Amino acid sequence: MPGYLRFENVTRRFGSFTAVDRVSLEIEKGEVFSLLGPSGCGKTTLLRMAAGFDVPDEGRIFLDGVDITRLPPDQRPVNTVFQSYALFPHLSIRENIAFGPKLSKRSPAEIRSEVERMLELVDLTAHADKKPAQLSGGQKQRVAIARALVNKPKVLLLDEPLAALDLKLRQRLLVELDAIHDEVGITFIYVTHDQGEAMSISDRIAVMNKGVVEQIGKPAEIYEAPRTSFVAAFIGDTNFLDGKITSRIGERFSKCAIHGIGEIIIDNDKPTSPGDLVHLSLRPEKIIVSRNRPELRENENSVPGVIEDIIYFGSHTRLWVRCGGWRICAETQHRTYQLDDTPLNWGDTIHLRWHANDGYLLEQYREEDESLLTLPDET
Amino acid sequence: MKPSRIPLVTTGIVLAFFYLPIAALVAKSFNSSRFSPEWKGFTLKWYERLFERDDILAALVNSLKVALIAASASMLLGTCAAFALHRYKSRLQDAHRMMVNVPLVLPDILMGMSLLLLFIAAGVSLSLATVTIAHITFCLSYVTLVVLARLQDFDPNIVEAARDLGATRLQAFVKITLPILFPGILAGGLLAFTLSIDDYVVTFFVKGPGSDTLPTLVYSMIKKSKELPVINALSTLMLLFTFLLVFASQRLTRPVNR
Repeated sequence: MPGYLRFENVTRRFGSFTAVDRVSLEIEKGEVFSLLGPSGCGKTTLLRMAAGFDVPDEGRIFLDGVDITRLPPDQRPVNTVFQSYALFPHLSIRENIAFGPKLSKRSPAEIRSEVERMLELVDLTAHADKKPAQLSGGQKQRVAIARALVNKPKVLLLDEPLAALDLKLRQRLLVELDAIHDEVGITFIYVTHDQGEAMSISDRIAVMNKGVVEQIGKPAEIYEAPRTSFVAAFIGDTNFLDGKITSRIGERFSKCAIHGIGEIIIDNDKPTSPGDLVHLSLRPEKIIVSRNRPELRENENSVPGVIEDIIYFGSHTRLWVRCGGWRICAETQHRTYQLDDTPLNWGDTIHLRWHANDGYLLEQYREEDESLLTLPDET
Repeated sequence: MKPSRIPLVTTGIVLAFFYLPIAALVAKSFNSSRFSPEWKGFTLKWYERLFERDDILAALVNSLKVALIAASASMLLGTCAAFALHRYKSRLQDAHRMMVNVPLVLPDILMGMSLLLLFIAAGVSLSLATVTIAHITFCLSYVTLVVLARLQDFDPNIVEAARDLGATRLQAFVKITLPILFPGILAGGLLAFTLSIDDYVVTFFVKGPGSDTLPTLVYSMIKKSKELPVINALSTLMLLFTFLLVFASQRLTRPVNR
């Protein structure tokens, strides 16, 4: 079954710059689909083409089986929530929400009851007669959402809707947005550069970079099984190791020589054979840190190293550990009261342990993606 | 620590510098003495005399006509120019921007001369119409800049939001863009009105016979000094009117509410 909203080989160029490069996407009815990527990756351009503010140079866009590629924005059954809210400053909150319904020639009584229902949905009935300037950022964003939803769009497009808000408010609105989605059941397309937002609200995510979709999948798939080094580095934090396959251990595992570390065991997430050069992504939280050489179970790795940097986050601590030529980031969760323990210190020698299964072989590797990792400067 | 008196003193000096002459003028307009500066008692006779003079009333009507037409025309043209400057970025628009700015600093005498030469060369006889055209010429720049400033702190997403919610191009312009910009356009119009109504230099060059405006008439009256108190009365009324206009335009140019 083809998707509800479908992008077919969509390309958009601005002069010599290709903002969106032959993107094909299928978005299912009722899902929250995120377009995630750094600024300039083409996610907003893609959204603007869905809204009708921009027209692709090549390719087509279908909504519910209808070609909407060249339809002007006022004739599309989609509505947009803007990052800047874009509320009408000269109209009251109620008038802002009623703007769309009034244009659609519905009966005044119906419009009135719809608008009141929306005000209730976003919990702004008490502020209905105020002007946008009198509201807080979070309230303005809720007006923007109500103003879009009142038109019962087939797809709601959200362009970085929370980017202008502070962290706590962002988290609260994210929960509210999720609740609103559950209530109205409309398809959401959510554009963001914040992987945390995308992971928590989406059913599926498309990770974009330089106008191209790098990977589409459920949040956990993207986090655990990144297809490219860009996805691995952009979603969460990771360590990149490169090495060479030396021998196979049964069907599932191989031995891999990492320069300066020695042989480790890796999972054959993709077909490999001895002699292949491979790249491995190893998430910091998958590594278990211990002072003493750990007892290894089957297919586990242990690597000694010296602590070079420590950052304490309260719930966890990040350690940057020098292992041969590599600087590996490991995370220790604090599940117990910390002040009774002897803390780890700079210069301590520790052991990093992980199961072969916890690393992930990358299909594609680009050196430049290492710059996305949050490593402290080399000292 | 005792608060410094310097701000108070400087404010006093500045205000005195600006408003002492005006206060003198207002006082004199109520002074029953015709020539001497000393106070000879309160009177309204100069105001009565003022309203008996048909030439002053005719000039006032002329001034109002010119100012109203010049302000309206420059509101319309200035808004169009501001839209063009705001929306399109090109070398042509860079030149446009510069040429909009030049009349602000161009000496009036130069503008008056050049307009006069143009009218003569084109064979247009001087009349109230030429005065009006001349006034539009210098008002236009001011309106353009006021509207442009308003446009620049206008979020372009707002127009997109209107389109997104189902408004056609025209509906978005009429229901959203125009109402938001209107205070700016009106403020520009008021500014144009005040500039037009007190212009002397440009008007002097391009006015035809019988098309005196208030400023040119006042100047010719000053030569006959027995009319001086009448002019004071007239000036006082114009002053009052100007204050009201400035007050109104300040209220309109307050920042856009977001």
